[in-house]
Amino acid sequence: MAGIPIKIRGLEKRFAANRVLRGVDLDIPAGKVTVLMGANGAGKSTLVKIICGLYAADAGQVELNGKPFAPTTPSEALQAGIVTVHQNINDGVVPDLDVASNLMLDWLANPKSAPVLNPRKIRRSAEEIAAKLGLNFDMNMMVSDLTLADRQLVAIARAMAHEPKLMILDEPTSSLSASEAERLFALVDKLREGGVAILYISHRMSDIRRVADRIVSMRDGTIVGQYETEPLDYEGAVNDMLGHTMTDVDITVQKPGEKVLELENVQLKPESKPINLNVHRNEVIAITGLVGVGKTQLTEVLFGQTAAAGGTVRLKGESYTPKSARDAINQGVFLCAKDRGTNGVVQDFDINRNITLPFLSSLSTLGFVRRRAEYRITNEAISKLGIVCQSANDDIGTLSGGNQQKVMVGRWLSHPSDVLILDEPFQGVDIAARRDIGTKLRETAKDRATIVLVAELDEALEIADRILVMAEFTIVGEHKNENVDVDLILEQVSGAAAPQDLQEQKEGAAR
Amino acid sequence: MSETRVNKKSMSLTDYAIRYGFVALLVGLVVYFSVAADGFASPYSAVFIFQSVAITGILALGVTATLVVDGFDLSIGAVATSALMLSAYVMVVMEQSALVAVVACLLMGALVGLINGFLIVQMRVPDLLATLGMMFLLIGLQRIPTEGRSIATGMSLPDGSTAAGSFSPEFLALGRHRFDFFIDNLIPVSVVFLIVIAIGIWLFLEYTRYGRVMYAIGSNQRAASLAGVPVKKYKIIAYMISGVLASVGGILLAARLGRGDIASGNNLLLDSVAAALIGFAVLGAAKPNAFGTAVGALFVGILLQGLTMMNAPYYTQDFVKGGVLVVALMFTFALSNRR
Repeated sequence: MAGIPIKIRGLEKRFAANRVLRGVDLDIPAGKVTVLMGANGAGKSTLVKIICGLYAADAGQVELNGKPFAPTTPSEALQAGIVTVHQNINDGVVPDLDVASNLMLDWLANPKSAPVLNPRKIRRSAEEIAAKLGLNFDMNMMVSDLTLADRQLVAIARAMAHEPKLMILDEPTSSLSASEAERLFALVDKLREGGVAILYISHRMSDIRRVADRIVSMRDGTIVGQYETEPLDYEGAVNDMLGHTMTDVDITVQKPGEKVLELENVQLKPESKPINLNVHRNEVIAITGLVGVGKTQLTEVLFGQTAAAGGTVRLKGESYTPKSARDAINQGVFLCAKDRGTNGVVQDFDINRNITLPFLSSLSTLGFVRRRAEYRITNEAISKLGIVCQSANDDIGTLSGGNQQKVMVGRWLSHPSDVLILDEPFQGVDIAARRDIGTKLRETAKDRATIVLVAELDEALEIADRILVMAEFTIVGEHKNENVDVDLILEQVSGAAAPQDLQEQKEGAAR
Repeated sequence: MSETRVNKKSMSLTDYAIRYGFVALLVGLVVYFSVAADGFASPYSAVFIFQSVAITGILALGVTATLVVDGFDLSIGAVATSALMLSAYVMVVMEQSALVAVVACLLMGALVGLINGFLIVQMRVPDLLATLGMMFLLIGLQRIPTEGRSIATGMSLPDGSTAAGSFSPEFLALGRHRFDFFIDNLIPVSVVFLIVIAIGIWLFLEYTRYGRVMYAIGSNQRAASLAGVPVKKYKIIAYMISGVLASVGGILLAARLGRGDIASGNNLLLDSVAAALIGFAVLGAAKPNAFGTAVGALFVGILLQGLTMMNAPYYTQDFVKGGVLVVALMFTFALSNRR
């Protein structure tokens, strides 16, 4: 099998006012691994969902082996030979059934199958499926007893029983260890030799280097770069995906004040390289890097959700090991968490209650909340950040995404802190709200240290005094935000540059 | 654009129905019974209704606290009957005073709540299963000391002797005394308890930071935790409130009955859970709330009293209660989810 089984032309999709796909043209050739890169919100998952029948496109078409193809349900796509392995491994398997039943799940679910089970026959068919991929499972084992990697392989083996023409792997290694991932790659190699077209979605540069035959970068709903000649231009692809265009926000780098937070040889994972970092008052630092390089783990260590694997953290010169969010807040470290829908917003509450939630003990007498005091704080936050609303009693759900995010940022700005950490504060926020939030963060940064974690380089450039780059759970680069060498940052983000002598850079930054 | 406007208009009508539908129904019922049933509209009838719902209402307020933190407590009925048996045992068999009996029951309720909370928060047992298990455990436990017999003054003990203690008059007063209120001997103690507890829980949930935080936990536990809320502590507190209020209900029941009757209190669990769930529909709250729970309990009481006075047979009562509950749940979920 060769050729180009999937041809996508002019694909468009919008959700309400939001144009998610703006004319996507993409060929996915057989026998090759096409890696699809793109930041959050670039439209990768929407594209995949159209191909596998979850969404219908608004315009444009998909051709499968030369014929127009517009599946209306996932099972229709599956019948046509489009197989998807999802990021969440447990979506692909039934943990409480044994391996044989999992491999035969599609047969079991098919209403045309025989009503009475013949266990021996099922086992034999399951073994055939596994053997095709050279996998050797104990068929009687419960899937819940398998490792994540083995579950993933079971899901893929099951998918392969359909003799797929296109296999979509959506961040398949995100919960696997390096050696487990290697087993997956071996399987991907096998599929490639078998002539299957593979669309591989990933943020992990090490994976991409291992499997990619071609790289396609996506940004803002279009394909912005395609790389297929050896050697592949990985930095070019990352550059396309992050779409760096010199930002028009002008940063006047502030002189850092006294040292507030000090990380000494902190390890996020037992095997990861140590992090050394000093953060000062009157300083905004941005930590950038791809998804899954340890940015969120770093916030968890600083906000008391997990303990560091090694090293020490000092806050204002004293040892700092928070046991919980409460503990961190009491010591003056605030975190505005990412994914506000799950981690920040209390959906049943109005704006006022969302803003004052962490500070209720200082706003109440004998346990009774002082209404006047809390509304003063809320109204202050509303006017300070320009939150568009009728009143402080509007339900948070009635606000736009940008305004909800302003409420979250306003919450943590409403009380003074020593260290304010914001994890992806511009997620799902329009450009105007992003500017408002950025300006407000810089205006108020004087008396605290501010750490902003962002995947997009542009966002780092328009907010930070200092930009740190993370890769593989450690810091690999440090740049003062003046005449930044963007190419060097991109190299460090994509893991191309060997971690540089940070000491040297630090001196450079201090100059 | 025009479509949204049409939608908005019909929504506001639905909103109106959600908000006042249940209260309107309640008022309608009262008016209907006042006209149709002789003697329904009298202070004695009103007090009777209050008295009939006092104990379930108190239990329901406890369940409300657990519902607020997105939990559930199925053990309240068993806690109440355990308190009933325990108070009788302490006074009749152990010959202690009313005060000792009351304190023992309250401690028992708090302890059961603590264990429930521990099972749910620390052992990660799902709330329904943990409290169901606790329910069975307590139903069994309360029978062991007396080898399955009811406790009454002068009962014979397993060792052949006769129990020397008795229900003290102070304790019985909790169930039988009536305060003067315009009319002599009108308001029973249990009704006063209900009113005080309802107001207390309402203030606690609506106006204190503890209540606020509990609602935050119920809506988005993760967000609450990242805002610095000690989620586990509050969940345990919610179950302890539930346990203590259930034991208060049990004490009042014991004081009314004047004996530790093994078979009483069978309906407590279902009635009080129904009251708390009906409360979701009151004023379109669509969430557990103390005011709604109290109104929900009253609603059931009024309906049953009215039907009884109109000579509806007693065996239709559970059917009526079930019907009310189903309609109220429909109100809450179908209508309010459209918002």
